Amino acid sequence: MEDFNWKEYLKDSFISMLWFSLLLFPMLVMKITVKGGMADVTYRWGYLVVIPVSAFILSALWKYFRERQQGGDKADKRGEIAALFRRTFIENRTVKKVSIISAILIMAFYPVFSGMYNTNVMISALIYIMLGLGLNIVLGLGGMLHLGHAAFFAVGAYTYGLFFKYAGQFFVDAGISTGWMFWIALPAGGIMAAVFGVLLSLPVLRLRGDYLAIVTLAFGEIMRMVLQNWGNVTGGATGISLIPRPWLFGINVTPRLAAVYIYYIVFAFVIISIITVSRLENSRIGRAWEAMREDEIACQSMGIDLVRNKLTAFILGSVWAGVAGVLFASQTTYINPDSFTIWESILILCIVVLGGTGSISGVILGALIIKLLPEYMRAFAQYRLLVFGLALVLMMIFRPGGIIKKVRKIYRFPLDEENDAAAEGQN
Amino acid sequence: MKKLLLIAMAVLLVLAGCSKESKTIKLGVAGAHSGDLASYGIPSVHAAELVVEMYNANGGAAGKKIELVVEDDQCKPEIATNTASKLVGAEVVAVMGHICSGATKAALGIYKDSKIPTISPSATNPPLTQSGDYPNFFRTIAPDDAQANLAVDFIIKSLNLKKVAILHDKGDYGKGFAELCKAAAEANGVEVVLFEGVNPGAPDYSAVVNKIGNSGAAGVVWGGYHPEASKLVQQMKDKGMNIPFVSDDGVKDDTFIEVAGKYAEGVYATGPIDTSSNPMAIKAIADHKAKYGDEPGAFFLNAYAATVAVLNAIEKSGKTDYDSITNALRSEYVETPLGKISFDSRGDAIGIGFSVYQVQNGKYVVVNQ
Amino acid sequence: MDYFLKLLLSGTAKGSIYALIALGYTMVYGIIKLINFAHGEIYMIGAFVALLVGGTLQSAGVNPAVILVVSTLAAVFFAAAYGLTMEKIAYKPLRTAPRLSVLISAIGMSMFLQNLVLLSQTEKYLSFPSFLPEFLFLKPIRGYINSTQFIILIITSIVMVLLTLLIKFTLIGKAMRATSQDREMAQLVGININSVITVTFIIGSATAAIGGILICSYMGQINYYIGFIAGIKAFVAAVLGGIGSIPGAVLGSFVLGWTESLGTGYISSDYEDSFAFIILILILTVKPSGILGRKENQKV
Repeated sequence: MEDFNWKEYLKDSFISMLWFSLLLFPMLVMKITVKGGMADVTYRWGYLVVIPVSAFILSALWKYFRERQQGGDKADKRGEIAALFRRTFIENRTVKKVSIISAILIMAFYPVFSGMYNTNVMISALIYIMLGLGLNIVLGLGGMLHLGHAAFFAVGAYTYGLFFKYAGQFFVDAGISTGWMFWIALPAGGIMAAVFGVLLSLPVLRLRGDYLAIVTLAFGEIMRMVLQNWGNVTGGATGISLIPRPWLFGINVTPRLAAVYIYYIVFAFVIISIITVSRLENSRIGRAWEAMREDEIACQSMGIDLVRNKLTAFILGSVWAGVAGVLFASQTTYINPDSFTIWESILILCIVVLGGTGSISGVILGALIIKLLPEYMRAFAQYRLLVFGLALVLMMIFRPGGIIKKVRKIYRFPLDEENDAAAEGQN
Repeated sequence: MKKLLLIAMAVLLVLAGCSKESKTIKLGVAGAHSGDLASYGIPSVHAAELVVEMYNANGGAAGKKIELVVEDDQCKPEIATNTASKLVGAEVVAVMGHICSGATKAALGIYKDSKIPTISPSATNPPLTQSGDYPNFFRTIAPDDAQANLAVDFIIKSLNLKKVAILHDKGDYGKGFAELCKAAAEANGVEVVLFEGVNPGAPDYSAVVNKIGNSGAAGVVWGGYHPEASKLVQQMKDKGMNIPFVSDDGVKDDTFIEVAGKYAEGVYATGPIDTSSNPMAIKAIADHKAKYGDEPGAFFLNAYAATVAVLNAIEKSGKTDYDSITNALRSEYVETPLGKISFDSRGDAIGIGFSVYQVQNGKYVVVNQ
Repeated sequence: MDYFLKLLLSGTAKGSIYALIALGYTMVYGIIKLINFAHGEIYMIGAFVALLVGGTLQSAGVNPAVILVVSTLAAVFFAAAYGLTMEKIAYKPLRTAPRLSVLISAIGMSMFLQNLVLLSQTEKYLSFPSFLPEFLFLKPIRGYINSTQFIILIITSIVMVLLTLLIKFTLIGKAMRATSQDREMAQLVGININSVITVTFIIGSATAAIGGILICSYMGQINYYIGFIAGIKAFVAAVLGGIGSIPGAVLGSFVLGWTESLGTGYISSDYEDSFAFIILILILTVKPSGILGRKENQKV
C-alpha cells in the first residue's frame, strides 16, 4: 500500500474548506427577502459551521476517490475483485436465469399484493422503461444525443387524445364502447410517431454531435409549442380530458380495475420491448448502429449507409415513445402540453445515462430509480432534482457507463485457462 | 374463460380493496405544496389544519375526530393523478383541493369514479362545473367567467374603453380568462384589437408592448399571473404608455405589488369579494397569525370556507358517504369567512362573487362591488 | 415605418441581452468543445449575488452609484468563482472523456445549481432594485428605447470589442486560439492548458454575471429559474452564429433578437419561441456550422 500523504490531504482539504465557505456564503448563509422595495437580509450562521466541516470531509473523500480512479496498483486489485464478482453473479448462466425469472414473477403479480396507488406508480415506471428503451436505441446504440424524445411521447399521447376528441362522439352514437379507441390508437400512435421521427431525421442527417443535440432539442420545443398554441385543434393548455380507458369485454372499468388492467397491458409491452431491443442489439442493424456510434467515417468506409442507419434509429426510437404515449394517456386520462417539456426529455436522458447507456437492464434500473424514488420519498421530494443533478455529475466522473455498464459479448473458451486470463486483461 | 378471468380479477380486487370501519374521518388535502406554485397551495393546508383543530376541539364531526391526509401534487397533472390514487387508497371521505385547474382536472376523473366529493378553493376553470362531467366537484370560488364578465363590465361602465388589447400567458388559467374576456367584450361592442399570448419567463416584452402601442388599444387586459404582469406593466410605463391595465385574480396578490413596485400603481385586478368585515374571516386570519407567525397567503379564506363546508355537511347529515355529503352541501347553508354559502346543482358556490380592485398607494383597494 | 423601427430597436435590445450570455457559451465551447448547460445558472447566480450585496448595502443607506459598482464587482467575483469551481469539479475530470459524458455532467451541474438556489433562497419572484442611472437625454425617445436598454447595448458592444481585442492581440488570446484549434498540439508547444481554460471560464462567467445584473435590472425581478430560459435562447443564438466564434455569437444573438421581435410584431407573439428554433433548424440545414462558423474537419 502506498504512502498515505496526510499532509497533502490536510492542506488540500483545508483550502477547499475555506474556498467553499466563501463560495457558499452568499447562497447558504445569507437569505434575502424583499419587502416594500427594500431588501431584507437575514443570516443563517448555523451554515457557517456546517459548510466548512462538510467541505473538509467531502473534499478529502473526493481526492481519495479521484486518486483511486486514476490508477496505480489499487486499480488492478479492484479490477480483480470486480471480475470475480461479475463472473460469479452476472455472467453465471444459472444465476442470471433465476434472477430474471423471479423478477418477472414478482412484476407479474405486483398488482395483486400492492394497492391501487402502488400499481399506478409502477405503471408510470414501466412506461418510462419503454421510453428509456426507445431512447437507448438512439443514444446508447446509435450514439446520437437526442434531447427531444418527449416530443414523440407527446405525439403518441395526443394521437389518442385527438382521436378521442374528434371521433369519440361517433363511437358513442354508434353504440360502440369508447374503450375500443384505445386499441385503435395503439398502432396509430406508433405510426404517427414514426412519421414524426422521419420528419426529425431529415434536418438531422447531415449533422453530428452537439449540433444534432441542439436540433433535436429544438424539435422537441417546437412540438410542445405547437401543441400549446394551436389551441383550437389540440386544446392548447387546457388539454384533453376524460380520455377513455381501454376496453375490457364491456365491463365498466373503475379506477381500481383500470390500474390492474393497464398494468398488465404495459407489462406485456415492456416484455415485448425488452425482447425486441435485445434482438436488435445483436442483429445486423444493431451492429451497424454501434459502428456508427464509435466512428462515423470508419463506418462509412465499411459500406454502411449512414443515412439509413440514422433514419432507422430515429424511427424505431420514436415508435416506442409513441406507444408509450398512448399508454400514458390512457393511464392519466388527461393530457396537456406541460407533461412534455424539455425536462421530460432530460429525465428520460437521465434514465438511460444513469442506468447504463446501451444496457437494457441498466435502463430498467434507471427508470425504476428515477420514477419510484421520488414518489416513495415524498418527504425529500424537494431535494430530488438537486440529488439527480449531483448524481449525474458524479456518475459521469466515476462511472460513465452508468450503474449497470453495458457488457459487450465476451466469447470465452472454457477449456483454456491461460487464454481466459489474457482475454480478461484485454477487456 | 372470460368468466374465470372476471372472477379471478374480482377476487384479487376484493382482497386488495378490503377496508375496515375507520375510527376517524379522513379528509384529503391536495395541492401544490412544493415547487414554484407552492405559495398558492400552502395557505390552504394551513386553513384545513386550523379548521380541523377547531372541529376536533368540539368533538369532531358526526361524532368522530377528523384526520387530515395531506398530499402534494406540485400543480402537475401527472403527479395529481398519483396523488389522487394515493388519497383514494388512504380512504378519505372527501378531498379539499386541488389548487390548480389542470391538476384538478386530472384528479377529478379518479375521484369521480371512486365517488369522492371534491371541493376546491381555487380551481376556477368554468367547465369543471359547467360541463356537467363532474357531479362530485364543488368549489368555494367563482368560476372564471364570472371574473371575466365583471372585468369587461368594469371596462365598459367605469373605464369607458372602446378598444382593448387582450394578452395572456398561454396557460390554461390565463388563456381561459383571456378568451372569456374576449367573448364578453365582443358581445358588448368593445373591439378587441389585439389578442396574443406571451411567453412566461421571457426577459423582454418590448416587442409585444410596441405591438400594443401600434394597435391603438385604449387599455390592456391580462390573463395570467403576476410575474409577467409586473414585467408588462413596467415595460409599458417605461415606454410612456399609461393606459389602464386590467387583470385577473392571479395578479391580485401582494407579491405583485412587491415585485412591480412603483409600476404597480393604478393597476386593476379582479379578486374575491372583500371579506375584511366578516367576523369569521377576522378570526381565521388572527388564528393563522397566532399559529404560523405571518399573514395567510393566497386562497386561505377560500380553503377555510371549503373545509368548513365539507365538515358541516358531514356534521349535518351525520354520515360520510358520497350521497350524504353531496346532498348536504347542496341543501345546507353554512357560515364561512366568505359569507353564508351553499352550492348549486352544478357545484358552484352560491353567495360568492368577485370585485374589482385597484392598486392605490401601494395597496389593493376595492373600486367596484 | 415607425412601427418597424420600434420593433427593430426592441429586437436589438433583446439581441444584446442574449449576446451577453451567448458570449460566455461560445468562448467555453471554442476552447473545450463543451456546451456548458450550466452557464445560464452562472448568470442567475451572478444576479443573485448582486441582489444580496446590493440589498445589504441599500439597507445601510449607501450611495446608489457605489452600490452599483460594489455589487457588480461582487457578482463578477462570485460568478467567476462558481464557474471555476464548476469547471474543476465537473468538467476537468472529464477532459479526456467522450463529449456525451461532459454534456451530461453539464446538465447535472445545471440542475444542481438551480435547485441549490431554489432551496437556499426562495422559489418566489423577488423584485430586483435597479441602481442603473437614468439618462435624461433619452427621455424624448422613451417610446423607442429606454435607459436600461441603452446601457445594455453599450455594455454589450464594449464587451464584444474588448473580447475581440483580447483574442486577437494578447498572448493569452493567442493561447486560447491555439487551444481551440488543437488541444494536444498546444500542449506540445508549451501552452498551459489549465490556465487557458481557467481564464476562459473566468471571462465567460464574468460576462454572464454582468449580463445577469443588467437583465434583472431591466426586468425588475429575479427568480431561480431565469438562468434556464435565458440560457437556452442564448445558446441557440450562439449556435446560430457559429459556435466557437465571438462575432458569431453576437451576430447570432442579434439575428435571433430581430427575428423574434419582428415575428412577434408582424405575425404573432404566440409562436415567439418557435421562430428562434425554426430559424435555427433552417440555418443548420443549409450551413451546418452556423453563420460564421468554421467547418470542423473530421480527422480519421
